Amino acid sequence: MNQASLIELRGIAKTYGRGDAVFHALRGVDLQIDRGEFVAIMGPSGSGKSTLMNLLGCLDTPTAGSYLFNGIAIEALSKDQRSLIRRHALGFVFQGFNLLARTSALENVELPLLYRGVPARQRREMAREALASVGMANKMKNTPAELSGGQQQRVAIARAIVTGPATLFADEPTGNLDSKTTVEIMDLLCKLNNDRGISIIMVTHEDDVAASAKRVVRVKDGLIASDVKTQPIS
Amino acid sequence: MFFNAFILALREIRRNITRAFLTVIGVVIGVAAVVTMVTLGRGATEMVKSQISNLGSNLMILRPGQGWGQWGAPLFSLADVQAVREQLSGVRAAAPMAMGNAPAVFMENVRNTDYQGTTPEYFDIAGWKLSEGRFFDQDDLRKGNAVCVIGETIRKELFGSVPAIGQKIRLRTTSLMVIGVTAVKGQGGFGDDLDDNIILPITTMQRRLAGLPPPQNINQIQIAGIDEQSCAGILADLTLLMRERRNLAANEQNNFSVIDTRMIAETMSSSTRIMTSLLGTVAGVSLLVGGIGIMNVMLVSVTERTREIGIRLAIGALARDVMLQFLVEAVTLSWVGGLAGILVAYGLCHSLAKVVGAPFVFDPMINLIAFVFSAAIGIMFGFMPARRASSLDPIEALRHE
Repeated sequence: MNQASLIELRGIAKTYGRGDAVFHALRGVDLQIDRGEFVAIMGPSGSGKSTLMNLLGCLDTPTAGSYLFNGIAIEALSKDQRSLIRRHALGFVFQGFNLLARTSALENVELPLLYRGVPARQRREMAREALASVGMANKMKNTPAELSGGQQQRVAIARAIVTGPATLFADEPTGNLDSKTTVEIMDLLCKLNNDRGISIIMVTHEDDVAASAKRVVRVKDGLIASDVKTQPIS
Repeated sequence: MFFNAFILALREIRRNITRAFLTVIGVVIGVAAVVTMVTLGRGATEMVKSQISNLGSNLMILRPGQGWGQWGAPLFSLADVQAVREQLSGVRAAAPMAMGNAPAVFMENVRNTDYQGTTPEYFDIAGWKLSEGRFFDQDDLRKGNAVCVIGETIRKELFGSVPAIGQKIRLRTTSLMVIGVTAVKGQGGFGDDLDDNIILPITTMQRRLAGLPPPQNINQIQIAGIDEQSCAGILADLTLLMRERRNLAANEQNNFSVIDTRMIAETMSSSTRIMTSLLGTVAGVSLLVGGIGIMNVMLVSVTERTREIGIRLAIGALARDVMLQFLVEAVTLSWVGGLAGILVAYGLCHSLAKVVGAPFVFDPMINLIAFVFSAAIGIMFGFMPARRASSLDPIEALRHE
């Protein structure tokens, strides 16, 4: 058993621009997240929560500080190496769903497997399974334009979990959804966390959405303002 | 990985079939133009070559006057022909040609046609073959028999389905028996119908048909060399011989000229070759424009699909995966365009070949070149858009609206 934490941030800072236009998005963040956690990152806009999310998701590198993901120092990796981490260990769910237009749900879900070099038949099978697990078994041939917002987000979740990632990043996953669908999507995420043990890190600004998480981290002015565990991790 | 990129490219093309069509149309037109031009050009060259060789091989034609139209230069006599045969080395055969034009009549059918009085050597020199009957021989020539050999066009026009051999046709005031029909030769070098003529012994013509009185009534002398080398020697000797026979002083210009068919063939096929490469170049420019069209659309497509690229990068595509995808897409488009262009070119060549009358010559090389070139255009003009796509920052790309 790997003793290291899933995520370990030490003194992470991120600065945009230079000279007079310099902007400190993060000013030295320390954060530790263990496997199986369901963390909500909250904060007003401009607080640095999106920057934090991008760093955690290995989409960006910090200006200063160290980030260990699964014991790997992310800040030392190249662009392509970070891509490979995303390919093999991470799943992403976005506010705007970000499905490929004019592409069937099945093909959307197959996409990450394509980059993993999974053979066609197995790819199709895994994509079907993932879609079935989010309750979209009967909409596999539909394109995003033919699906409701909630259905599109389900497809996006299927795409994120089809590779069986250890960690799922969700950036405002319910931001474009009505309250009823929001509940459905949050139930789905909780289920993935409880049943499959997938670690989930979610950015949101809605308190009732954050309530589904087991831990709430609040960010303000580039620093962590509070870090509260709402339920003990089982 | 390559196969995957190909699958992705095909999917993307299928998704935007209208855009793909508009992109490809430039390459289709370019390739079609190049292949059509070159194929038709080859056909024209072949046609010229075969028309010239229809006249006969290693053939020289001695004509009175300089160039194409010096009037008043004296014609030749049978003695000239005899001199050519006997005094020049390297001559395989020589034949006089006395020409006329008159309506030929059989029953109620009439056709205005050319007729030539000559000797039996002519059939060999000009490479005539028989489809039926026989040529006239030295015996016919000596006796001045009233016989003739007719071309296929004459046979068709005068006789139709009636057997021609043994029938008599009337030419001016003379009745001639048809003893042979020549095999089809087709068009001559100047678009004239080589099968629209009547060949008869020169003695028959001199005795029975009106025209210039002998001895000086021969319009041209056709001379065949033994081989290609001998032709050059004959050319020089012939000029000296004729100057002497025509009593030309040293300060007088030649009042005759010699046409070497090989020379004509070379000139004509080199001019069609130049024409072909000229047209091919113009067509090549249109292919280049087609390639630039592809680059244009691919660049627009990179901007339009920035978000998609962001998604791909976020879920783990490497920069080279994205690069490969766009490159393969561009190459596939131009490749499909090239293939379609070749097909279009075939359609064009087939219908144009009929109009122009040139044979359709399939040239695998030009097709291969056009094909490879269009794929190369895909790589060339797909590279910049592909690199731009692959260098996008995933965060920026995802934020792109």
